[in-house]
Amino acid sequence: MGNKYLIFLGCAIPYRVSAYEISARKVLAKLGVELVEMPEFNCCGLPLDPVSHETMLILASKNLALAEQQGLNILTLCPGCAGTLKKVNKALKEDKALKEQINAHLKEVDLEFKGTVETKHLLQLLKEDVGLEKIKASVVKPLTNLKVAEHNGCHILRPKDIIGFDDPEDPQTLKALIEATGATCLDYIDETECCGAPSVGVSDKVALALARDKLNHVKQVDAQALITICPFCHIMYDTNELRIEKMFNESYGIPILHYPQLLGLAMGLTPEELAFNELRVNASKILKQITQGANTQ
Amino acid sequence: MTEAAANPAQTREQPIKASEIDPKFKYELSKIHGSEKILKCFQCGTCTSDCPVARYSDSYRPRTLIHMAQLGLKDRVLNSDTLWLCAACFTCTDRCPQDVEVANVIRVFRNLAAEKGCFPQVFKEQAASLIETGYAYKIPELRIKKRESQGLPPLPKGNPEKVRKALKGVKFIDGIQKPQGEKLSGQ
Ligand code: SF4
Ligand code: SF4
Repeated sequence: MGNKYLIFLGCAIPYRVSAYEISARKVLAKLGVELVEMPEFNCCGLPLDPVSHETMLILASKNLALAEQQGLNILTLCPGCAGTLKKVNKALKEDKALKEQINAHLKEVDLEFKGTVETKHLLQLLKEDVGLEKIKASVVKPLTNLKVAEHNGCHILRPKDIIGFDDPEDPQTLKALIEATGATCLDYIDETECCGAPSVGVSDKVALALARDKLNHVKQVDAQALITICPFCHIMYDTNELRIEKMFNESYGIPILHYPQLLGLAMGLTPEELAFNELRVNASKILKQITQGANTQ
Repeated sequence: MTEAAANPAQTREQPIKASEIDPKFKYELSKIHGSEKILKCFQCGTCTSDCPVARYSDSYRPRTLIHMAQLGLKDRVLNSDTLWLCAACFTCTDRCPQDVEVANVIRVFRNLAAEKGCFPQVFKEQAASLIETGYAYKIPELRIKKRESQGLPPLPKGNPEKVRKALKGVKFIDGIQKPQGEKLSGQ
């Protein structure tokens, strides 16, 4: 299937995280990854899994069956979508009775799940299919003086037996991809801790407490930015940072960047091209440092 | 919404009456996909001690919920508000020494509660959006139009009619669609 993928946007990204999509498409084009749009789409199913596992199974397998018709593997930008599609693909392939049960639903819309495509999240694709060497070679403006922290989020790592490409206790992929841009990736306390986004609306108290601790830990090591690869984690920090600052009388000023925005800068793309204007926490301080650094080189 | 104090009727704190106990609940669970291994839980507490939500919540404790289910306190578990606090981060699943797949067990509890009609409003909104648009969130027209000026290709069609067809016979969706039925046909 080569370097061609069916891009699966999910719901959250077109709903409110377009900077992630814009920057990802730009860097993937530079890396020679060809994207094909989904002919038709529905939610991957994950948001409804808590109330109806069966709904999730049908929605996910419907998307997989559509991708199978195209004969292309799926690329997602959302770890939730990737995890769900992977999980359902595996479950239906291993359980014949379950596959038949779900296929009975898909038959109503003239589709059939066969289990012939794979799903990868952007991070896994960059690591396994593009490769670190090629990414390093694409860097024209190394971000040498920039010190950032990573936030992987949960669904890119867990459950391990389904996601499997990185170690959930001590993940390395995002770190390596950040360092490929020339920036330094700092270690901090509880790096793999959940962002809390799924608890928003059920208990904002719990969700914001989680986000606050994370921002405190990131601040303790003087990181200049926090790098995410998930639309929900990004919303959690970027949207709530100012709120948390007010609520708890803290001061962070830590911009939250989508990884492809960071890589894009190192590739020489401009902040405008990478939709930095969509970020709520102002990133002008680091952008200034990066442009000045480039001038003095 | 702030977190409500734990309702004693939803915990183990309130004295347990024999009539409340459903001794078959744990066997029922051990036949449901996701909670098959609930009997293997030996109450070590790893799940609760490593749970990021339990760290900040006064009431959410995955181990306790599993214990209550093992005891047969079916109604207390399924009526519990705290059930909905789990962030589905899967830390517990990866670390449980007994391989209980804790996060999946919590999901089964939630599914059973939802079948009884006990679930937070947000899921009703997402399900409604799904059957109306194919997307879990209603994407504003403005956003869709803006894509072009941002140099993005048009969004793939949601095809809600096919979504409804494929989901026919799913209890939860049927339940959501009923009260919404009029509104849908009137649109
Ligand atoms: S970690 Fe596993 S065995 Fe230990 S209390 Fe939790 S579910 Fe039970
Ligand atoms: S999946 Fe739920 S119960 Fe398990 S550790 Fe995460 S938040 Fe806690």
